[in-house]
Amino acid sequence: MYDVIIVGAGPAGLSAAIQCRKWDMNVLVIDEFPKAGGRLLGQLHQEPNGEWWNGIEETKQLTETASKLNTEIRLGISVHHVEKIDDGFLVHTNHGDFASVRLLIATGAAESAAPVPGWTLPGVMSIGAAQVMTNVHRVRVGEKGIVIGINVLSAAIAREMQLAGVDLHSMVLPAMNPVTKDHAHPKKVMDKLSRIAHLAPSAFLRFGGKVAKANIARKLATQFYPRNGMKMWGMPIHLRKAVTQINGTDHVESVTMFDVTADGKLKKGTEKRVEVDFVCIAGGLYPLTELAAVAGCPFHYSEELGGHIPVHNEEMKTPIDGLFVAGNITGIESAKVARAQGKVAGLSIAREKLKGIADLEYKVLQAMNDVRKTRNEASIQFHPGIEEGRTKMEDVFRESKKTETAL
Amino acid sequence: MKNNHRIVDHPVLGSLPEKDSITFTFDGKEYSGLAGDTIASALLANGVRTLRVHEASGKPRGIYCNIGHCFECRVTVNSTSGVRACLTEIKDGMVIESGKPEAQPFASKNVQDFPRTYAEFEKKQKVKGDK
Repeated sequence: MYDVIIVGAGPAGLSAAIQCRKWDMNVLVIDEFPKAGGRLLGQLHQEPNGEWWNGIEETKQLTETASKLNTEIRLGISVHHVEKIDDGFLVHTNHGDFASVRLLIATGAAESAAPVPGWTLPGVMSIGAAQVMTNVHRVRVGEKGIVIGINVLSAAIAREMQLAGVDLHSMVLPAMNPVTKDHAHPKKVMDKLSRIAHLAPSAFLRFGGKVAKANIARKLATQFYPRNGMKMWGMPIHLRKAVTQINGTDHVESVTMFDVTADGKLKKGTEKRVEVDFVCIAGGLYPLTELAAVAGCPFHYSEELGGHIPVHNEEMKTPIDGLFVAGNITGIESAKVARAQGKVAGLSIAREKLKGIADLEYKVLQAMNDVRKTRNEASIQFHPGIEEGRTKMEDVFRESKKTETAL
Repeated sequence: MKNNHRIVDHPVLGSLPEKDSITFTFDGKEYSGLAGDTIASALLANGVRTLRVHEASGKPRGIYCNIGHCFECRVTVNSTSGVRACLTEIKDGMVIESGKPEAQPFASKNVQDFPRTYAEFEKKQKVKGDK
């Protein structure tokens, strides 16, 4: 029986494992991907201070520390079920079942699908798929592509592809449909971009921020958005163009594009065919929470945090005894925040096992402070209002504890 | 045409590290990839994008999410079917088969004509009765 099983070997899971090993706990880390690092692996961007954030190097530091501490990490294993048993948890995988007293779910996030007709053609992929191919596997996903969906993540990855010499025609919006909704609305997309512009390392996003300080300016900026788009590192970003269809027989051959109004309605007679051989769809990220749900954890919906989130507190504890969460499963934020949260979770878990060690009490508080600090200094923020979302979640956790006592 | 989709030089990540070459077959044809490649990345490096066809319609499919969630990339590896190409590392001598169309003995050719609600069913019955 393990002291703790950690599901997910990304920045949160690995840094939690390191803390647990430092306190000599019996730890097992499981991840489905053959390499440790999670989505941190693919990350590559320039910080506002000019330094490069290189996910591969950051991962190496974490895995090296973990292996020095003799951490058991099993890769290429899928967890498909988690069962609450009397004295802990039973984790079901495709390589057998593992039991532990405590469970940390650090499964991260996945990409929301933003379907566009023709999206099943080979050559169409999520923007994150292209990121992993480009930076981790070092494979060019195509000769010339287009990015559908304009958000912080897609802008960052478009830049990464550009760095690797992959030719992108432009970034455009998806055509409005019941699924794409706000992602297809130029005003709302501009709104979201401008509220986080001060954090963004890109020239484009900073431009958006300047123009869009006042409501009226933002409206005008969308209204009079240049017909040929605004360029970021030489690549046009079109807030007023949308793709309605991806065309091809055996693979992607072109996309059909329309001009759109400031509300995202197609303008008749503006139809155009753009030849591309790959398409990246960016629908944003959502927390990957299924395992917390089957473990019986209560949930709370938070738009600020990016979706349905397992209820938890700042110590990364859920209302379920022995169940912890850390990283993007608790809200969509940068890998640095996830790593800092992992540290809190690891220390929190050690404190629960070792009980009454003053040093650990202090270390948990210190690590929690570190999360706040990292959050405030984050250069990439996916959702505006993350702070409000976090505060609200703290209240929800307290309420859930009260209800429990009342019962 | 081998591995010509590799990003060899990168301004920040540097040149591609030296890695062992690994040989495998896909639908009977021999390909090579690099140690650490997944089936999906090794094939894409060789310009292969179609990993299977839809079991009923026969339409081509490739990777979509590349992190094991969408299951669009499932292939048969050494006779085990339903293996995700995006999560499985290539090994020397691996025999990989693409997903093939499946027989549809009970598929109906006139699905469009089926009633979708009970009301539609009743209406159709009535028309039949009238004849």
